[in-house]
Amino acid sequence: MVKDQEFLEKKASYCLGLAKKLGATESSVIVNNSVSETVNFRNKKLDESNRSDDLGISITTYIGKKKSSISSSNLLDDNLNILIEKCVETTKNTPEDEFNSLPDKDLLAKEVKDLDLYDDTHIENDQKIDYLKKLEFAASNDKKIVNTESSFTQNKSNFILANSEGFCAGYKTSSFTASSVTVAKDEKSMERDYEYSSKCFLKDLDDAGELGKQAADQTIRKLSPKKIGSEKIAIIFDKRIAKGILSTFASAISSSAISRGTSFLKDKVNQKIFSDKINVLDKPDILKGLGSRNFDSEGVKTDTLKLVDQGILKHYLIDTYNGKKLNLKSNGRCGGTSNLYFENGNISFKDLLNSKSKSLYITETIGHGSNIVTGDYSVGATGFLVENGEFKYPINEITIAGNFKDMFKNITLANDLEFKYSTNSPTMMIEGMVVAGK
Amino acid sequence: MSNFFEKSDLSRSEAENIISDALQKCDDGELYLENSKSESILLDDNKIKNSSYNSDLGFGFRAISDEVVAYSHSNEISKNSLKQSSENLKSTLKSVKGTYNHEIPKSNKKYYENINPIEQKSLNEKIKILNEVNNYLRSKDDNIKQVTANFLGEQKSVEIIRSGGETLTDVRPLIRFNVSVMLEKNGRKETGVYGVGGRQSYDSYLKDDNWKSVCDEALRIASVNLESKPAPAGEMKVVLGPGWPAILIHEAVGHGLEGDFNRKKTSAFHNLMGQKVASEGVTIVDDGTIDNRRGSLTIDDEGTPTEKTVLIENGILKNFMQDRLNARLMKTKSTGSGRRENYRHIVLPRMRNTMMLSGNQTQDEMIKAVDKGIFAVSFGGGQVDITSGKFVFNCTEAYEIVNGKIGSPIKGATLIGDGPSILKEVSMVGNDMMMDPGIGTCGKAGQGVPVGVAQPSILINKMTVGGTKL
Repeated sequence: MVKDQEFLEKKASYCLGLAKKLGATESSVIVNNSVSETVNFRNKKLDESNRSDDLGISITTYIGKKKSSISSSNLLDDNLNILIEKCVETTKNTPEDEFNSLPDKDLLAKEVKDLDLYDDTHIENDQKIDYLKKLEFAASNDKKIVNTESSFTQNKSNFILANSEGFCAGYKTSSFTASSVTVAKDEKSMERDYEYSSKCFLKDLDDAGELGKQAADQTIRKLSPKKIGSEKIAIIFDKRIAKGILSTFASAISSSAISRGTSFLKDKVNQKIFSDKINVLDKPDILKGLGSRNFDSEGVKTDTLKLVDQGILKHYLIDTYNGKKLNLKSNGRCGGTSNLYFENGNISFKDLLNSKSKSLYITETIGHGSNIVTGDYSVGATGFLVENGEFKYPINEITIAGNFKDMFKNITLANDLEFKYSTNSPTMMIEGMVVAGK
Repeated sequence: MSNFFEKSDLSRSEAENIISDALQKCDDGELYLENSKSESILLDDNKIKNSSYNSDLGFGFRAISDEVVAYSHSNEISKNSLKQSSENLKSTLKSVKGTYNHEIPKSNKKYYENINPIEQKSLNEKIKILNEVNNYLRSKDDNIKQVTANFLGEQKSVEIIRSGGETLTDVRPLIRFNVSVMLEKNGRKETGVYGVGGRQSYDSYLKDDNWKSVCDEALRIASVNLESKPAPAGEMKVVLGPGWPAILIHEAVGHGLEGDFNRKKTSAFHNLMGQKVASEGVTIVDDGTIDNRRGSLTIDDEGTPTEKTVLIENGILKNFMQDRLNARLMKTKSTGSGRRENYRHIVLPRMRNTMMLSGNQTQDEMIKAVDKGIFAVSFGGGQVDITSGKFVFNCTEAYEIVNGKIGSPIKGATLIGDGPSILKEVSMVGNDMMMDPGIGTCGKAGQGVPVGVAQPSILINKMTVGGTKL
């Protein structure tokens, strides 16, 4: 069982009290507990069970403008005593930074809305096993599938965030996650692909059979890939890849990258960085949303932000420290975005595929090829050649490259947005990128 | 050494009883206890931005029956908590009928000293060096717009208690020192990153103002990149420099030679044992026994002493890297490669220090042999798809080669290749093998572990370069 609010609050107030006693002028603390139970299957048999019970505490103490922090998984009082003493001692010896402080009191969340983020249902391992059996049965139906691995995780978490200004709030969240990874083989090749579903509520989870079948279908269609020549070609990003491009955008507008001057989007607020039709929202109050929250990791309330309005950048993602440095107020994005998404475009998936006589549909990228300082992008890719709206054959061992500054202006979005992750995008086409192959 | 039972209501003998009881009739398993202390001190934007300390304590209890692994971990080392874990394991492994394998090899060798690097240097001394780094770099070049430098230090104590009470322990120090600079000139920004580290005290890496050479290297890379032009796109010859570029070996063949993927037959290498997978002259080892290296371990996370494992000898595939589970199922021995990020994670077969050994050619000969291609000196990260064998890595310093001569620097580009075939495309192996500076972390199944790599200069006949210039 995940620890209750009372236990976490008691630990939090103990730490705040002790920090004050030892000479901290301000302090904040996060206490969290997370209990997960996972069952893994491989080739229709039980492969692994894993239970984790994680406790954690992190404390930041301030003495004037000096700051230091500690974290630990050992919540016994005598350990906390040693650590908080060490933290206050380190704070004294750390140089001042004029921008160090707790959030402004008037920005802290006043109320905690129930966003429907916790499902009390407990699913026993035997029920997980039933789900996985059904999933693996569907996944291994085709003879070309030579290996299946699947997993079911139930997670329940609880946390408390408190600070010396009197803020003290937290709430429980839950998630139920199922995934299927399949390997398919033919004479020429062996390929792997996956499907995945994660929800706050058990009853919303995808059907096991559907999930397994989808993973298998997506793997089989990748068999016997070809390599193509190097050329400039329109790229269509599957939703699961398109969301990564949105995440890169989010890291480039984080106030830390902006204040340090290490982002290609520095000084671009109120400027056009996407084409006219593009809108980007970060909406924290979606019921049952995977990224939903009432406040950020400093306790600052989070409102919906239209980050990009008709192609124009409207906001950075601002926390307290970098906000003070940039002379801007925190907008509750310490720790990043909540439910971040591109609004739908006005063309169907099918019409998007049809819009070019020849394009590349990318289903997977590998490598860490996004540079937010320069905006350069270069990654390994796997996908399909699309001609006149039809998937012709699978492609691999190619790279795709461009620069985000140009890529952002050449985005066309389909109207097939769904909320599968915390960051989501409709299917995306970008013109003008370079493919390197043979 | 940590005494894990000192402040617990659980005594060592009670723990031993619970372990032996839970692992009865299991094939293998153990209680893994871990206490780690780590620090991070960061200078950024002219200021000490962060000084933090972490203390992490917990256990992971594992029971294995045939192919099935049951695992349970917790932060609370208490009677209740261990008993609950034991019940969890038993409920997964309902009908076990194995025989516990008590055999575990022994060795007295140690590859690093029992020190706590965090305590060996005061906070004030560390802050002083970071400020000196900042001042030194900013006074060297007016184009420097950002300097980031940090110290990361850790001491990890582990104890492994097996059924019957056999206990194995290790104390592992680890440090890293990193410097990153950003230059801006004529509206263009580029970064350069360099670092050093390993399993010794901070001072072993910083003495005689050695931190200055780390700064110089980061600045040099950034300066080169400021002059870089768009990288070419397409297939061409690639010369790799010695040392850190060996992450190519790590990604291209290392992961594919880990025991789990081969037992499951999901690695592109699973049916190639004893066959030729590389050009003659290519020998690759994975070595956990090099003194003080980042990837070295006295014992692995199952208690097996590490070794030097020959993976590929003169082009022939000789061995996979094994933990106890995969070794047993593949009827071979553990190579001391069973590792985990920490007590929260199960053991997987992992790399330690992966090295391609020297041949007898020179880098000059390689460059001269290339009409059109690139010379790659330094890399960021890499990644591999084990099943298809395709792997990538990102150049952070590279040059074009035209008619046997090194030309202009080129912008960071991704290189992509095919693991099982790339080593057959190696046509020259240099005589200049070098270890990396001690900065690598390998990710697998969500677990990061410190690793090392090494190689000489090599010439690869054909790789796809992911630039933008057609």
